Amino acid sequence: MSYEWFISIISNNWPMFLRGAGMTLLISVIGTIIGAIIGLAIGIVHTIPMPERGIKKFLLKIINFILSAYIEFFRGTPMIVQAMVIFYGSALAFGINMDVFLAAVFIVSINTGAYMSEIVRGGIISVDKGQFESAQAIGMNHFQTMMYIVLPQVIRNILPATGNQFVINIKDTAVLSVIGVTELFFQTRTVSGNNFRYFESFFVACILYFIMTFTITLLLRRLEKRLDGPENYSMIGGLPMQVAKPEDTEHKIKI
Amino acid sequence: MEKVIEIQHLSKSFGTHEVLKDIDFSVHKGEVVCVIGSSGSGKSTLLRCINLLEKPSGGQIIYNSENILDDRHDIHAYRTKLGMVFQQFNLFNNHDVINNCTVGQVKVLKRRKEEAEKVALKYLKVVGMDQYVNAKARQLSGGQKQRVAIARALSMEPDVMLFDEPTSALDPEMVGEVLKVMKDLAKSGLTMLIVTHEMEFAKEVSDRVVFMDKGVIVEEGPPEQIFNNPAHERTREFLKRTLK
Repeated sequence: MSYEWFISIISNNWPMFLRGAGMTLLISVIGTIIGAIIGLAIGIVHTIPMPERGIKKFLLKIINFILSAYIEFFRGTPMIVQAMVIFYGSALAFGINMDVFLAAVFIVSINTGAYMSEIVRGGIISVDKGQFESAQAIGMNHFQTMMYIVLPQVIRNILPATGNQFVINIKDTAVLSVIGVTELFFQTRTVSGNNFRYFESFFVACILYFIMTFTITLLLRRLEKRLDGPENYSMIGGLPMQVAKPEDTEHKIKI
Repeated sequence: MEKVIEIQHLSKSFGTHEVLKDIDFSVHKGEVVCVIGSSGSGKSTLLRCINLLEKPSGGQIIYNSENILDDRHDIHAYRTKLGMVFQQFNLFNNHDVINNCTVGQVKVLKRRKEEAEKVALKYLKVVGMDQYVNAKARQLSGGQKQRVAIARALSMEPDVMLFDEPTSALDPEMVGEVLKVMKDLAKSGLTMLIVTHEMEFAKEVSDRVVFMDKGVIVEEGPPEQIFNNPAHERTREFLKRTLK
């Protein structure tokens, strides 16, 4: 009967499942964070105002072209194929034997980076033009405008989409088993290969995947609320004062 | 009188549409100048050209006897010397009231945080918003937002304040509180350049009124002259339409 099998599979193999789930989580957390950083960095570069002439314009055009090529290439090919090409290709072309874990993190990061840079682009477009203008008007350069004014708003706006990407990453790391990463799918295959109970073993994996993705979703919702700050504000001092009267000389500024 | 900003032969085109044509104009220290004219006359564009939010197509902007349209000129340093107040307020949505007034001081002017807060509080007090330091932009009314925006610009301690139709996006009952702040500032001797549709206000506060039409300065002079005894037919027509 299946029920007893569940118990015995879990009690015999729980360290393997947990290690697999841990590896899955580790790769997708690091991959999502690095990917988000790549996306934000590309967002900053892509929005640099184009200089009118000179070597700077030429350089910026080349950089933008390379970045666009990167985005289109990694969005346009399956991650499972990229994993094979990068892992075996690096060994063949450069004679580097990549550590499997590093290769996994690398593949997930650049993949996420490609998706995130499009998400960030959408986030930057959705920030009101007035925010850029008022930041420039107080003397901020492009980098300062992005770092202190625009990107904080972008990060808030793209948080739901980032959470989505995170969930996708948790699930998609399963394809990395093709290069031998010992994540949850790989471990479950090992377990089921020993006991030949495919349904029961993968059902356990299924539940573990769901616990991970659902927890991440809940945590991110909470973060969103937190970033929005409190609904109310407290006033300092007594009653709200109206505009200073011209007679109150102590309110006058001296220039 | 010492000139803070001098504009020579300034022109601006959007595509083939010429918005500003050969503008010569200057603002003196301590002076309050109001720019009036109908919509589309180029007033806002002139203001936006002065702090380079729009890139002028031709001409010169002289500040500290340097032409800031020169390629080598540091436009970011120049912009810190101009305080800009927008029609749409444009408070930073990710900062509360006090940080709106300190972020520029800390990041651009490199002031220490405590010093910046002291300066910010001083100007928030001037606009009567010092009790709202913890509020976010979205929690304030239009008039309150605009007063904070004025304090933010003042906190950079600029040489001249530019106001781009500061009351046009406000509900009528909030116009008064913003104009009152601006009147106080005008009396304090601040150099101000104001694009406005509030004729009564312009008459009351300005040392000089500039009337613009179709991208040129038609007439300028003291408010009594412009409002009571305009020299040009176009000025008379405009005033007849707006004053009624």
